[in-house]
Amino acid sequence: MRQQNAQIVRDPAWRRRIVGTLIGLLLLWPMLVASEFKPWILFDEQSLNATAHFLADFLAPAHSLDFLRLVAVNTWQTVAMATAAMTLAIAGAIPMTLLINERLSLSRIGTGRMAFIPAAVRQLVRWLLVVLRSVPELVWGLLLVRIAGPGPTAGVFAIALTYCGMLGKVYAEILDSSDHFATRALIVNGSGRLNAFLYGAMPEAAAELVSYTIYRWECAIRGSIVLGFVGAGGLGQRMDESLKNLVGGEVCTMLIVFVLLVAAADGVSKMLRERLA
Amino acid sequence: MTNESNIAAKAMPPVPPLRYSTVALLVGLAALVVASFATLRLDWQPFFTREALASMSEFIHGFAPPEMAPRFLRKVGVATMETLSMSGLGTIIAAALGTALALPASGRFGKALRLPTRMLLNFLRSIPELVWASVLVIAAGLGPFPGTLALAAHTTGVLGRLFADALENVPPLAESTLRTNGARPLAVFLYGTLPQTAPQMMSYTLYRWENNIRAAAILGVVGAGGLGQMLKYFLSLFQMQQAATVIMAMLLLVALVDGISFWLRRVMMD
Repeated sequence: MRQQNAQIVRDPAWRRRIVGTLIGLLLLWPMLVASEFKPWILFDEQSLNATAHFLADFLAPAHSLDFLRLVAVNTWQTVAMATAAMTLAIAGAIPMTLLINERLSLSRIGTGRMAFIPAAVRQLVRWLLVVLRSVPELVWGLLLVRIAGPGPTAGVFAIALTYCGMLGKVYAEILDSSDHFATRALIVNGSGRLNAFLYGAMPEAAAELVSYTIYRWECAIRGSIVLGFVGAGGLGQRMDESLKNLVGGEVCTMLIVFVLLVAAADGVSKMLRERLA
Repeated sequence: MTNESNIAAKAMPPVPPLRYSTVALLVGLAALVVASFATLRLDWQPFFTREALASMSEFIHGFAPPEMAPRFLRKVGVATMETLSMSGLGTIIAAALGTALALPASGRFGKALRLPTRMLLNFLRSIPELVWASVLVIAAGLGPFPGTLALAAHTTGVLGRLFADALENVPPLAESTLRTNGARPLAVFLYGTLPQTAPQMMSYTLYRWENNIRAAAILGVVGAGGLGQMLKYFLSLFQMQQAATVIMAMLLLVALVDGISFWLRRVMMD
């Protein structure tokens, strides 16, 4: 009786769990080797010394007036880079969204099928958007720094190119998933394409489009800091310089400013999006 | 004629009232955009003059043809494996640490611990992987190891917060049933709470892994191993053909991951 009970209590899936764990460990081993996972090097004397040195400096945030002024200028530069890049990205994304929107096709009226040239143009623009967004902004940054030299210009264009691809794709998706009855009615009755878009599709989709754009602006602020690390100006570049010189106090101040900036952007974006809802 | 326009005016709904706060917001937004462009003084020259276009096309031609020697491809393959391993390990560590931190952050060890843990998670989350990596390179030296730690640090913040929310939102019935029948707290958690949240936690983790592969591909730019480190190296030597191969490997890796996750999601939805 007792034995029977014990058998029932045993985990019915034990075999599967043990096999799964073993396979997991087998897969883990090459990953540990390939990523040179050696936690003990954190604790050898040399790196402990470097870390201790850096941390001791880190715990006293730099707060001289000159440095704070520099940080303020660079923080503004970061925000400005994000804003300018978003403006350019929107300016690029809107025409492309209009181009690939199939609801605005005139050749589709009646037949339901698009003519060859319009279909080809749409496909080409779609591919362009894929290329733009699948190259990471940091890689765009690295390339553009080689063309434009270090400074905010490379950063702005890097973000603008990637975000143009993302915005174009998401705008098209939002417009596709909205109700297309009004647009269709307008197009079929002979309205111009732009009017059909503005009065048919926009009233329904506008809130979502703006909301997504604001969210992307918030991401662009984070992105523009990261781009500084490849020499594209702003807070990131200053942080990179301080890190290379191992000046912990400056890094600490900038990290604090950075966390505050991200929190502020988060708050502003949430507030704006709640207004739209 | 006036009659007709009257009818048209009546048929239209009233114009929605314009709120002052909306006007103020729009003006503020326009001011922000103008101020941004004014203070940045963007340098359009390298992109839009004729010589610039010529030098740019020269730059782009430098990429072709991508380096395809087998020995080089093997090196790129090793770096790709390194990138994949970094992302995988970073995500696993983050899932473990995230679960550990999600317990106090969901208020399971008393209200006093909830807020500080959440603040810690917020801090971990709001610093991007790349910044973590460049800080950790100081402590752990160059190579993929600081990259793994950086991914783990940022992702712990993200996953910990998501896990904590999932644990807080779990329907409490199963848990309270086990508890009133005298089960121990650990057993209650393992057999009552975890089975309910596990699928959600798993899908968050997979989603973050996908993100982390992208991040791992570029972390090397600050010296944290993987494909990014190769790209930075070849670009700084102006060896564009090698750089082109590395970029192609990055794009392929990301496209592959996208495809797999799309397929997995479709399979799981059915």
